[in-house]
Amino acid sequence: MTPQPATTPPELKAQARELNFHYGAFHALKNISLPVYNEKITALIGPSGCGKSTFLRCFNRMHDLYPDNRYGGEIRLFPDDVNLLSPDVDPIEVRMRVSMVFQKPNPFPKSIFENAAYGLRVRGINKKAELEEKVETALVNAALWNEVKDRLQEPAFNLSGGQQQRLCIARALAIDPELVLFDEPTSALDPIATASIEELMLELKEKVSILIVTHNMQQAARVSNNTAFLFEGDLIEYGLTKELFVKPHNKQTEDYITGRFG
Amino acid sequence: MKLPETQNIIRRQRLYEQLFIILGIVALLVALMTLLALFTRLAIDGMPRLTPDFFTNFPSRFAERAGILSAWVGSFLVMFVTACAAIPLGVSAGIYLEEYAPKNRWTAIIEINVMNLAGIPSIVYGLLALGLFVQILGFGQSILSAGLTLALLILPIIIVSTREALRGIPGGIREAAYALGATRWQVVSDHLLPYSSGGVLTGVIIGLSRAIGETAPIITIGALTFIAFLPSSPFIAEFPFISFKWVLDPFTVMPIQMFNWTSRPEEAFQFNAAAAGVVLLAMTLLMNGIAIWLRYRIRKSIKW
Repeated sequence: MTPQPATTPPELKAQARELNFHYGAFHALKNISLPVYNEKITALIGPSGCGKSTFLRCFNRMHDLYPDNRYGGEIRLFPDDVNLLSPDVDPIEVRMRVSMVFQKPNPFPKSIFENAAYGLRVRGINKKAELEEKVETALVNAALWNEVKDRLQEPAFNLSGGQQQRLCIARALAIDPELVLFDEPTSALDPIATASIEELMLELKEKVSILIVTHNMQQAARVSNNTAFLFEGDLIEYGLTKELFVKPHNKQTEDYITGRFG
Repeated sequence: MKLPETQNIIRRQRLYEQLFIILGIVALLVALMTLLALFTRLAIDGMPRLTPDFFTNFPSRFAERAGILSAWVGSFLVMFVTACAAIPLGVSAGIYLEEYAPKNRWTAIIEINVMNLAGIPSIVYGLLALGLFVQILGFGQSILSAGLTLALLILPIIIVSTREALRGIPGGIREAAYALGATRWQVVSDHLLPYSSGGVLTGVIIGLSRAIGETAPIITIGALTFIAFLPSSPFIAEFPFISFKWVLDPFTVMPIQMFNWTSRPEEAFQFNAAAAGVVLLAMTLLMNGIAIWLRYRIRKSIKW
Protein backbone atom coordinates (compact mmCIF):
# COMPACT_ATOMS: atom_id res chain seq x y z
CA MET A 1 0.00 0.00 0.00
CA THR A 2 1.32 3.41 -0.88
CA PRO A 3 1.49 5.80 2.05
CA GLN A 4 -1.45 8.18 2.15
CA PRO A 5 -0.65 11.85 1.66
CA ALA A 6 -0.86 13.72 4.92
CA THR A 7 -4.11 15.49 4.19
CA THR A 8 -7.15 15.83 6.37
CA PRO A 9 -9.73 13.17 5.68
CA PRO A 10 -12.66 15.11 4.21
CA GLU A 11 -15.21 13.70 6.59
CA LEU A 12 -13.42 14.93 9.70
CA LYS A 13 -15.18 17.90 11.37
CA ALA A 14 -13.11 18.29 14.48
CA GLN A 15 -10.35 16.47 16.22
CA ALA A 16 -9.07 16.57 19.77
CA ARG A 17 -5.33 15.99 19.88
CA GLU A 18 -3.68 15.05 23.15
CA LEU A 19 -6.20 17.21 24.96
CA ASN A 20 -5.43 17.85 28.61
CA PHE A 21 -7.52 19.90 30.98
CA HIS A 22 -6.93 21.10 34.53
CA TYR A 23 -9.38 22.57 37.03
CA GLY A 24 -6.77 24.27 39.19
CA ALA A 25 -4.62 21.38 40.38
CA PHE A 26 -7.08 18.70 39.32
CA HIS A 27 -6.11 16.92 36.11
CA ALA A 28 -9.57 16.33 34.64
CA LEU A 29 -8.74 15.20 31.10
CA LYS A 30 -5.64 13.20 30.27
CA ASN A 31 -4.22 13.14 26.75
CA ILE A 32 -7.47 12.60 24.95
CA SER A 33 -7.36 12.23 21.17
CA LEU A 34 -10.70 11.81 19.48
CA PRO A 35 -12.17 12.52 16.04
CA VAL A 36 -15.60 14.03 15.44
CA TYR A 37 -16.96 13.23 12.00
CA ASN A 38 -19.03 15.36 9.70
CA GLU A 39 -22.77 14.75 9.75
CA LYS A 40 -22.38 11.99 12.30
CA ILE A 41 -23.29 11.77 15.95
CA THR A 42 -20.42 11.08 18.31
CA ALA A 43 -21.48 10.05 21.82
CA LEU A 44 -19.45 10.38 25.00
CA ILE A 45 -20.36 7.96 27.75
CA GLY A 46 -18.94 7.19 31.16
CA PRO A 47 -19.80 7.31 34.84
CA SER A 48 -20.42 10.62 36.69
CA GLY A 49 -17.26 12.64 37.10
CA CYS A 50 -15.39 10.85 34.30
CA GLY A 51 -14.82 14.11 32.45
CA LYS A 52 -17.25 13.75 29.57
CA SER A 53 -18.95 17.11 30.14
CA THR A 54 -15.59 18.71 30.79
CA PHE A 55 -14.41 17.36 27.46
CA LEU A 56 -17.51 18.64 25.67
CA ARG A 57 -17.17 22.11 27.15
CA CYS A 58 -13.63 22.40 25.76
CA PHE A 59 -15.13 22.52 22.26
CA ASN A 60 -16.79 25.89 22.82
CA ARG A 61 -14.29 27.17 25.39
CA MET A 62 -16.94 27.32 28.11
CA HIS A 63 -14.16 26.77 30.64
CA ASP A 64 -12.79 30.23 29.80
CA LEU A 65 -15.66 31.71 31.79
CA TYR A 66 -14.25 30.47 35.07
CA PRO A 67 -10.88 31.13 36.67
CA ASP A 68 -8.04 28.65 37.15
CA ASN A 69 -8.90 26.45 34.19
CA ARG A 70 -6.11 25.32 31.88
CA TYR A 71 -6.16 23.60 28.51
CA GLY A 72 -3.34 21.59 26.95
CA GLY A 73 -3.16 20.05 23.51
CA GLU A 74 -5.39 21.01 20.62
CA ILE A 75 -8.87 20.79 19.25
CA ARG A 76 -8.73 21.24 15.47
CA LEU A 77 -11.82 22.40 13.64
CA PHE A 78 -12.03 21.58 9.94
CA PRO A 79 -12.06 22.44 7.07
CA ASP A 80 -9.89 25.41 7.99
CA ASP A 81 -7.81 23.40 10.46
CA VAL A 82 -7.82 26.02 13.23
CA ASN A 83 -6.92 25.14 16.80
CA LEU A 84 -9.94 26.15 18.88
CA LEU A 85 -7.88 26.19 22.07
CA SER A 86 -5.17 28.49 20.77
CA PRO A 87 -4.81 31.65 22.87
CA ASP A 88 -4.90 33.59 19.58
CA VAL A 89 -8.42 32.39 18.87
CA ASP A 90 -11.11 34.46 20.57
CA PRO A 91 -13.50 32.24 22.55
CA ILE A 92 -16.37 34.35 21.17
CA GLU A 93 -15.35 33.31 17.66
CA VAL A 94 -15.29 29.66 18.75
CA ARG A 95 -18.79 29.96 20.24
CA MET A 96 -20.07 31.55 17.07
CA ARG A 97 -19.06 28.43 15.16
CA VAL A 98 -19.77 25.74 17.74
CA SER A 99 -23.08 25.99 19.58
CA MET A 100 -24.38 24.12 22.61
CA VAL A 101 -27.50 22.65 24.14
CA PHE A 102 -27.43 22.25 27.90
CA GLN A 103 -28.56 19.63 30.35
CA LYS A 104 -31.42 21.63 31.79
CA PRO A 105 -33.55 23.57 29.34
CA ASN A 106 -32.39 27.15 29.88
CA PRO A 107 -34.49 29.49 27.77
CA PHE A 108 -34.20 33.20 28.48
CA PRO A 109 -37.17 34.83 30.22
CA LYS A 110 -38.12 36.40 26.90
CA SER A 111 -40.54 35.54 24.13
CA ILE A 112 -40.23 32.36 22.11
CA PHE A 113 -39.19 34.44 19.11
CA GLU A 114 -36.53 36.38 21.00
CA ASN A 115 -35.09 33.16 22.38
CA ALA A 116 -34.59 31.65 18.96
CA ALA A 117 -33.33 34.97 17.60
CA TYR A 118 -30.81 35.83 20.30
CA GLY A 119 -27.81 34.20 18.63
CA LEU A 120 -28.61 36.18 15.50
CA ARG A 121 -28.94 39.44 17.42
CA VAL A 122 -25.56 38.80 18.99
CA ARG A 123 -24.20 38.62 15.47
CA GLY A 124 -25.66 42.03 14.71
CA ILE A 125 -28.59 40.75 12.63
CA ASN A 126 -31.50 43.04 13.45
CA LYS A 127 -33.49 43.18 10.22
CA LYS A 128 -36.96 41.93 10.92
CA ALA A 129 -37.39 39.94 7.71
CA GLU A 130 -34.08 38.17 8.04
CA LEU A 131 -34.66 37.37 11.71
CA GLU A 132 -38.11 36.01 11.00
CA GLU A 133 -36.89 33.82 8.19
CA LYS A 134 -33.99 32.36 10.17
CA VAL A 135 -36.06 31.87 13.32
CA GLU A 136 -38.68 30.01 11.33
CA THR A 137 -36.07 27.75 9.71
CA ALA A 138 -34.50 27.02 13.09
CA LEU A 139 -37.86 26.25 14.70
CA VAL A 140 -38.79 23.99 11.79
CA ASN A 141 -35.45 22.20 12.12
CA ALA A 142 -36.00 21.81 15.84
CA ALA A 143 -39.46 20.29 15.15
CA LEU A 144 -41.14 23.02 17.15
CA TRP A 145 -42.57 25.30 14.48
CA ASN A 146 -46.01 23.76 14.27
CA GLU A 147 -46.49 23.98 18.01
CA VAL A 148 -45.43 27.60 18.41
CA LYS A 149 -45.98 29.38 15.11
CA ASP A 150 -49.15 31.11 16.39
CA ARG A 151 -47.67 32.23 19.67
CA LEU A 152 -44.14 33.37 18.95
CA GLN A 153 -44.56 36.42 21.19
CA GLU A 154 -45.54 34.38 24.25
CA PRO A 155 -42.98 33.87 27.02
CA ALA A 156 -40.79 30.83 26.51
CA PHE A 157 -41.48 29.82 30.09
CA ASN A 158 -45.04 28.93 29.06
CA LEU A 159 -43.72 25.95 27.08
CA SER A 160 -43.40 22.44 28.51
CA GLY A 161 -39.98 21.09 29.45
CA GLY A 162 -39.57 19.17 26.22
CA GLN A 163 -40.69 22.14 24.15
CA GLN A 164 -38.28 24.39 26.04
CA GLN A 165 -35.43 22.05 25.23
CA ARG A 166 -36.41 22.03 21.57
CA LEU A 167 -36.49 25.81 21.70
CA CYS A 168 -32.96 25.73 23.09
CA ILE A 169 -32.01 23.45 20.19
CA ALA A 170 -33.60 25.92 17.76
CA ARG A 171 -31.64 28.71 19.43
CA ALA A 172 -28.45 26.72 18.93
CA LEU A 173 -29.33 25.94 15.28
CA ALA A 174 -30.42 29.44 14.24
CA ILE A 175 -26.82 30.60 14.01
CA ASP A 176 -25.86 27.92 11.45
CA PRO A 177 -23.31 26.22 13.66
CA GLU A 178 -20.68 23.90 12.25
CA LEU A 179 -20.82 21.64 15.26
CA VAL A 180 -23.49 21.30 17.95
CA LEU A 181 -22.65 20.11 21.44
CA PHE A 182 -25.37 18.38 23.46
CA ASP A 183 -24.67 18.06 27.17
CA GLU A 184 -27.06 15.36 28.43
CA PRO A 185 -29.92 17.10 26.64
CA THR A 186 -32.64 14.75 27.84
CA SER A 187 -31.68 14.09 31.43
CA ALA A 188 -34.28 16.57 32.73
CA LEU A 189 -37.05 15.34 30.43
CA ASP A 190 -39.73 12.68 30.55
CA PRO A 191 -39.54 9.62 28.23
CA ILE A 192 -41.86 11.04 25.58
CA ALA A 193 -39.97 14.33 25.33
CA THR A 194 -36.75 12.32 25.31
CA ALA A 195 -37.93 10.25 22.37
CA SER A 196 -38.82 13.37 20.39
CA ILE A 197 -35.40 14.94 21.06
CA GLU A 198 -33.65 11.73 19.99
CA GLU A 199 -35.67 11.61 16.80
CA LEU A 200 -34.76 15.23 16.21
CA MET A 201 -31.06 14.53 16.64
CA LEU A 202 -31.22 11.78 14.04
CA GLU A 203 -32.75 14.28 11.59
CA LEU A 204 -30.24 16.97 12.48
CA LYS A 205 -27.20 14.88 11.74
CA GLU A 206 -28.07 15.13 8.05
CA LYS A 207 -27.15 18.81 8.31
CA VAL A 208 -24.68 19.26 11.13
CA SER A 209 -22.10 17.38 13.17
CA ILE A 210 -23.13 16.47 16.66
CA LEU A 211 -21.16 15.65 19.78
CA ILE A 212 -23.33 14.43 22.63
CA VAL A 213 -22.68 13.59 26.25
CA THR A 214 -25.17 11.12 27.65
CA HIS A 215 -25.71 9.35 30.88
CA ASN A 216 -28.03 6.96 29.20
CA MET A 217 -26.30 4.14 27.37
CA GLN A 218 -29.39 3.11 25.47
CA GLN A 219 -29.55 6.63 24.16
CA ALA A 220 -25.95 6.45 22.94
CA ALA A 221 -26.70 3.10 21.32
CA ARG A 222 -29.86 4.43 19.69
CA VAL A 223 -28.64 7.69 18.22
CA SER A 224 -24.88 7.72 17.79
CA ASN A 225 -22.59 6.53 15.02
CA ASN A 226 -19.46 6.55 17.12
CA THR A 227 -19.03 6.23 20.86
CA ALA A 228 -16.21 7.11 23.21
CA PHE A 229 -16.01 5.72 26.73
CA LEU A 230 -14.28 7.93 29.27
CA PHE A 231 -13.25 6.93 32.75
CA GLU A 232 -11.50 9.12 35.32
CA GLY A 233 -10.27 11.53 32.68
CA ASP A 234 -8.91 8.89 30.34
CA LEU A 235 -10.31 7.86 27.00
CA ILE A 236 -10.69 4.12 27.52
CA GLU A 237 -12.19 3.08 24.25
CA TYR A 238 -13.47 4.66 21.06
CA GLY A 239 -15.14 3.00 18.10
CA LEU A 240 -18.22 2.55 15.99
CA THR A 241 -21.23 2.46 18.29
CA LYS A 242 -22.51 -0.81 16.91
CA GLU A 243 -19.16 -2.48 17.59
CA LEU A 244 -18.40 -0.90 20.94
CA PHE A 245 -21.70 -1.93 22.44
CA VAL A 246 -21.62 -5.44 21.03
CA LYS A 247 -17.98 -6.31 21.32
CA PRO A 248 -16.01 -3.96 23.56
CA HIS A 249 -12.27 -4.54 23.52
CA ASN A 250 -11.63 -3.21 26.96
CA LYS A 251 -12.67 -4.88 30.21
CA GLN A 252 -13.68 -1.54 31.84
CA THR A 253 -15.86 -0.64 28.86
CA GLU A 254 -17.53 -4.00 29.05
CA ASP A 255 -18.15 -3.64 32.79
CA TYR A 256 -19.64 -0.21 32.29
CA ILE A 257 -21.95 -1.00 29.40
CA THR A 258 -23.15 -4.18 31.02
CA GLY A 259 -24.03 -2.16 34.11
CA ARG A 260 -21.48 -3.58 36.50
CA PHE A 261 -20.53 -0.07 37.63
CA GLY A 262 -21.34 3.53 36.90
CA MET B 1 -40.46 2.11 76.48
CA LYS B 2 -43.99 1.79 77.64
CA LEU B 3 -46.80 3.72 76.05
CA PRO B 4 -47.73 6.00 79.04
CA GLU B 5 -44.08 6.96 79.35
CA THR B 6 -43.89 7.90 75.67
CA GLN B 7 -47.06 9.92 76.02
CA ASN B 8 -45.62 11.76 78.97
CA ILE B 9 -42.53 12.73 77.01
CA ILE B 10 -44.66 13.96 74.13
CA ARG B 11 -46.83 15.98 76.53
CA ARG B 12 -43.76 17.67 77.98
CA GLN B 13 -42.36 18.46 74.53
CA ARG B 14 -45.70 19.93 73.51
CA LEU B 15 -45.64 22.14 76.60
CA TYR B 16 -42.21 23.54 75.65
CA GLU B 17 -43.54 24.19 72.20
CA GLN B 18 -46.53 26.10 73.61
CA LEU B 19 -44.23 28.11 75.87
CA PHE B 20 -42.07 29.18 72.96
CA ILE B 21 -45.06 30.21 70.90
CA ILE B 22 -46.30 32.41 73.77
CA LEU B 23 -42.85 33.93 74.19
CA GLY B 24 -42.69 34.67 70.47
CA ILE B 25 -46.09 36.34 70.41
CA VAL B 26 -45.22 38.49 73.43
CA ALA B 27 -41.95 39.60 71.81
CA LEU B 28 -43.78 40.45 68.62
CA LEU B 29 -46.46 42.40 70.48
CA VAL B 30 -43.90 44.45 72.41
CA ALA B 31 -42.26 45.51 69.16
CA LEU B 32 -45.50 46.16 67.30
CA MET B 33 -47.31 47.89 70.15
CA THR B 34 -44.46 50.29 70.78
CA LEU B 35 -44.45 51.27 67.13
CA LEU B 36 -48.20 51.54 67.03
CA ALA B 37 -48.25 53.68 70.18
CA LEU B 38 -45.62 56.01 68.76
CA PHE B 39 -47.42 56.32 65.48
CA THR B 40 -50.82 56.86 67.09
CA ARG B 41 -49.44 59.58 69.33
CA LEU B 42 -47.82 61.24 66.34
CA ALA B 43 -51.01 60.97 64.33
CA ILE B 44 -53.23 62.33 67.13
CA ASP B 45 -50.92 65.30 67.68
CA GLY B 46 -50.30 65.98 64.03
CA MET B 47 -53.63 65.30 62.34
CA PRO B 48 -55.31 68.63 63.15
CA ARG B 49 -52.38 70.42 61.46
CA LEU B 50 -52.55 68.36 58.25
CA THR B 51 -54.47 70.91 56.21
CA PRO B 52 -53.72 71.83 52.58
CA ASP B 53 -52.16 75.04 53.87
CA PHE B 54 -49.63 73.03 55.82
CA PHE B 55 -48.21 71.74 52.52
CA THR B 56 -48.23 75.10 50.74
CA ASN B 57 -46.97 77.40 53.51
CA PHE B 58 -43.40 78.32 54.27
CA PRO B 59 -42.17 78.06 57.85
CA SER B 60 -43.26 80.96 59.98
CA ARG B 61 -42.75 82.49 63.38
CA PHE B 62 -46.42 81.72 64.02
CA ALA B 63 -47.02 78.03 64.52
CA GLU B 64 -50.48 77.99 63.00
CA ARG B 65 -49.23 79.64 59.79
CA ALA B 66 -46.11 77.52 59.46
CA GLY B 67 -45.94 74.86 56.75
CA ILE B 68 -43.60 72.43 55.12
CA LEU B 69 -43.48 73.75 51.56
CA SER B 70 -39.74 74.42 51.48
CA ALA B 71 -39.09 71.18 53.38
CA TRP B 72 -40.92 68.78 51.09
CA VAL B 73 -39.70 70.53 47.96
CA GLY B 74 -36.17 70.35 49.39
CA SER B 75 -36.53 66.67 50.30
CA PHE B 76 -37.84 65.92 46.83
CA LEU B 77 -35.00 67.73 45.06
CA VAL B 78 -32.34 66.23 47.31
CA MET B 79 -33.77 62.75 46.67
CA PHE B 80 -33.66 63.47 42.93
CA VAL B 81 -29.95 64.35 43.09
CA THR B 82 -29.31 61.33 45.33
CA ALA B 83 -31.04 58.96 42.91
CA CYS B 84 -29.25 60.44 39.89
CA ALA B 85 -25.88 59.93 41.56
CA ALA B 86 -26.42 56.71 43.50
CA ILE B 87 -28.21 54.58 40.90
CA PRO B 88 -25.61 54.65 38.11
CA LEU B 89 -22.69 54.44 40.54
CA GLY B 90 -24.16 51.72 42.73
CA VAL B 91 -25.50 49.56 39.91
CA SER B 92 -22.25 49.80 37.92
CA ALA B 93 -20.16 48.97 40.96
CA GLY B 94 -22.43 46.02 41.77
CA ILE B 95 -22.24 44.69 38.22
CA TYR B 96 -18.50 45.11 38.13
CA LEU B 97 -17.96 43.33 41.44
CA GLU B 98 -20.28 40.48 40.60
CA GLU B 99 -19.59 39.90 36.91
CA TYR B 100 -16.22 41.35 35.99
CA ALA B 101 -13.92 41.51 39.00
CA PRO B 102 -11.51 38.59 39.24
CA LYS B 103 -12.29 36.55 42.33
CA ASN B 104 -9.13 37.19 44.32
CA ARG B 105 -8.00 38.61 47.64
CA TRP B 106 -8.40 42.24 46.56
CA THR B 107 -11.97 41.70 45.50
CA ALA B 108 -12.68 39.97 48.79
CA ILE B 109 -11.26 42.93 50.71
CA ILE B 110 -13.32 45.37 48.65
CA GLU B 111 -16.45 43.28 49.20
CA ILE B 112 -16.00 43.23 52.96
CA ASN B 113 -15.48 46.98 52.96
CA VAL B 114 -18.59 47.64 50.92
CA MET B 115 -20.52 45.75 53.60
CA ASN B 116 -18.74 47.78 56.28
CA LEU B 117 -19.64 51.05 54.55
CA ALA B 118 -23.27 50.26 55.16
CA GLY B 119 -22.57 50.25 58.89
CA ILE B 120 -20.73 53.57 59.13
CA PRO B 121 -22.66 56.13 61.22
CA SER B 122 -24.25 58.63 58.91
CA ILE B 123 -22.73 61.61 60.68
CA VAL B 124 -19.31 60.41 59.54
CA TYR B 125 -20.54 60.71 55.97
CA GLY B 126 -21.68 64.21 56.89
CA LEU B 127 -18.18 65.15 58.03
CA LEU B 128 -16.65 63.69 54.88
CA ALA B 129 -19.12 65.63 52.77
CA LEU B 130 -18.51 68.85 54.66
CA GLY B 131 -14.83 68.60 53.77
CA LEU B 132 -15.14 67.22 50.25
CA PHE B 133 -18.31 68.62 48.69
CA VAL B 134 -18.89 71.80 50.67
CA GLN B 135 -15.34 73.05 51.02
CA ILE B 136 -12.88 71.39 48.62
CA LEU B 137 -15.22 71.07 45.63
CA GLY B 138 -16.96 74.30 46.58
CA PHE B 139 -20.54 73.13 46.14
CA GLY B 140 -21.46 75.04 49.28
CA GLN B 141 -24.34 74.22 51.58
CA SER B 142 -26.47 73.28 48.64
CA ILE B 143 -28.94 70.70 47.37
CA LEU B 144 -26.08 69.22 45.34
CA SER B 145 -23.90 68.66 48.42
CA ALA B 146 -26.77 67.10 50.34
CA GLY B 147 -27.83 64.88 47.45
CA LEU B 148 -24.31 63.61 46.90
CA THR B 149 -23.82 63.00 50.62
CA LEU B 150 -26.94 60.90 50.86
CA ALA B 151 -25.93 59.13 47.63
CA LEU B 152 -22.68 58.05 49.32
CA LEU B 153 -24.70 56.92 52.30
CA ILE B 154 -26.97 54.61 50.30
CA LEU B 155 -24.38 53.41 47.77
CA PRO B 156 -23.61 50.25 49.80
CA ILE B 157 -27.31 49.38 49.95
CA ILE B 158 -27.62 49.67 46.18
CA ILE B 159 -24.37 47.80 45.51
CA VAL B 160 -25.35 44.93 47.78
CA SER B 161 -28.89 44.65 46.41
CA THR B 162 -27.61 44.78 42.82
CA ARG B 163 -25.20 41.96 43.54
CA GLU B 164 -27.88 39.91 45.23
CA ALA B 165 -30.23 40.42 42.30
CA LEU B 166 -27.50 39.33 39.89
CA ARG B 167 -26.65 36.33 42.01
CA GLY B 168 -30.28 35.25 41.85
CA ILE B 169 -30.01 34.73 38.10
CA PRO B 170 -29.21 31.08 37.45
CA GLY B 171 -25.81 30.28 35.98
CA GLY B 172 -27.53 28.42 33.17
CA ILE B 173 -28.86 31.69 31.77
CA ARG B 174 -25.39 33.22 31.65
CA GLU B 175 -23.95 30.10 30.06
CA ALA B 176 -26.74 29.99 27.48
CA ALA B 177 -25.97 33.55 26.42
CA TYR B 178 -22.21 33.06 26.39
CA ALA B 179 -22.59 29.83 24.42
CA LEU B 180 -24.30 31.80 21.64
CA GLY B 181 -21.22 33.98 21.32
CA ALA B 182 -22.33 36.92 23.44
CA THR B 183 -19.67 39.15 24.92
CA ARG B 184 -19.69 39.90 28.59
CA TRP B 185 -21.26 43.29 27.97
CA GLN B 186 -23.99 41.72 25.81
CA VAL B 187 -24.73 39.23 28.58
CA VAL B 188 -24.96 42.07 31.09
CA SER B 189 -27.03 44.47 29.01
CA ASP B 190 -29.32 41.98 27.22
CA HIS B 191 -29.90 39.59 30.10
CA LEU B 192 -28.53 40.30 33.54
CA LEU B 193 -29.67 43.92 33.80
CA PRO B 194 -33.23 43.36 32.59
CA TYR B 195 -33.68 40.21 34.68
CA SER B 196 -32.30 41.80 37.82
CA SER B 197 -34.06 45.14 37.43
CA GLY B 198 -36.71 44.26 40.01
CA GLY B 199 -34.18 43.50 42.71
CA VAL B 200 -32.10 46.53 41.81
CA LEU B 201 -35.12 48.81 41.90
CA THR B 202 -36.17 47.42 45.26
CA GLY B 203 -32.72 48.19 46.64
CA VAL B 204 -32.82 51.69 45.19
CA ILE B 205 -36.17 52.47 46.77
CA ILE B 206 -35.17 51.06 50.15
CA GLY B 207 -31.99 53.13 49.94
CA LEU B 208 -33.92 56.27 49.08
CA SER B 209 -36.42 55.69 51.85
CA ARG B 210 -33.52 55.51 54.26
CA ALA B 211 -31.99 58.66 52.80
CA ILE B 212 -35.18 60.70 53.03
CA GLY B 213 -35.23 60.40 56.81
CA GLU B 214 -31.53 61.09 57.35
CA THR B 215 -30.89 64.17 59.46
CA ALA B 216 -27.39 64.06 60.91
CA PRO B 217 -25.30 64.30 57.72
CA ILE B 218 -27.52 67.06 56.34
CA ILE B 219 -27.13 69.10 59.51
CA THR B 220 -23.39 68.49 59.38
CA ILE B 221 -23.06 69.97 55.92
CA GLY B 222 -25.03 72.94 57.16
CA ALA B 223 -28.53 72.87 55.79
CA LEU B 224 -30.50 75.88 56.95
CA THR B 225 -33.30 75.26 59.37
CA PHE B 226 -35.47 78.20 58.45
CA ILE B 227 -36.05 78.72 54.75
CA ALA B 228 -38.88 80.86 53.51
CA PHE B 229 -38.22 80.59 49.80
CA LEU B 230 -37.97 77.87 47.16
CA PRO B 231 -34.91 76.92 45.14
CA SER B 232 -34.92 78.39 41.63
CA SER B 233 -37.21 76.61 39.23
CA PRO B 234 -35.84 73.78 37.11
CA PHE B 235 -38.07 74.97 34.25
CA ILE B 236 -37.38 78.29 32.58
CA ALA B 237 -38.96 80.24 29.78
CA GLU B 238 -35.88 80.45 27.53
CA PHE B 239 -34.06 77.70 25.66
CA PRO B 240 -33.11 75.00 26.75
CA PHE B 241 -36.10 75.33 29.12
CA ILE B 242 -34.37 73.36 31.83
CA SER B 243 -32.11 74.97 34.38
CA PHE B 244 -29.84 73.40 36.92
CA LYS B 245 -29.28 76.53 38.94
CA TRP B 246 -31.36 75.02 41.76
CA VAL B 247 -28.73 72.42 42.59
CA LEU B 248 -26.54 75.08 44.14
CA ASP B 249 -29.34 76.75 46.12
CA PRO B 250 -29.67 76.50 49.89
CA PHE B 251 -32.42 74.21 51.09
CA THR B 252 -34.01 72.44 54.00
CA VAL B 253 -35.49 68.94 54.21
CA MET B 254 -38.34 67.32 56.12
CA PRO B 255 -36.40 65.87 59.07
CA ILE B 256 -34.56 69.14 59.59
CA GLN B 257 -37.82 71.07 59.59
CA MET B 258 -39.07 68.66 62.23
CA PHE B 259 -35.91 69.04 64.25
CA ASN B 260 -36.26 72.80 64.06
CA TRP B 261 -39.83 72.72 65.32
CA THR B 262 -39.17 70.30 68.16
CA SER B 263 -36.43 72.59 69.48
CA ARG B 264 -38.87 75.51 69.80
CA PRO B 265 -40.24 76.27 73.24
CA GLU B 266 -43.85 76.97 72.16
CA GLU B 267 -46.06 73.90 72.38
CA ALA B 268 -47.89 74.71 69.14
CA PHE B 269 -44.73 73.95 67.17
CA GLN B 270 -44.65 70.44 68.64
CA PHE B 271 -47.89 69.72 66.80
CA ASN B 272 -46.30 70.99 63.61
CA ALA B 273 -43.41 68.62 64.18
CA ALA B 274 -45.81 65.74 64.72
CA ALA B 275 -47.66 66.59 61.52
CA ALA B 276 -44.40 66.73 59.55
CA GLY B 277 -43.50 63.40 61.15
CA VAL B 278 -46.71 61.86 59.88
CA VAL B 279 -45.96 63.14 56.37
CA LEU B 280 -42.40 61.81 56.51
CA LEU B 281 -43.54 58.44 57.79
CA ALA B 282 -46.18 58.25 55.09
CA MET B 283 -43.52 59.00 52.45
CA THR B 284 -41.26 56.26 53.79
CA LEU B 285 -44.06 53.72 54.09
CA LEU B 286 -45.21 54.57 50.60
CA MET B 287 -41.73 54.01 49.18
CA ASN B 288 -41.31 50.73 51.02
CA GLY B 289 -44.75 49.69 49.84
CA ILE B 290 -43.78 50.38 46.25
CA ALA B 291 -40.62 48.32 46.75
CA ILE B 292 -42.58 45.36 48.09
CA TRP B 293 -45.14 45.60 45.31
CA LEU B 294 -42.38 45.74 42.67
CA ARG B 295 -40.62 42.75 44.11
CA TYR B 296 -43.86 40.81 44.13
CA ARG B 297 -44.64 41.78 40.52
CA ILE B 298 -41.18 40.83 39.25
CA ARG B 299 -41.10 37.55 41.16
CA LYS B 300 -44.39 36.66 39.56
CA SER B 301 -43.26 37.43 36.05
CA ILE B 302 -39.80 35.83 36.21
CA LYS B 303 -39.45 32.62 38.12
CA TRP B 304 -36.45 30.41 37.57
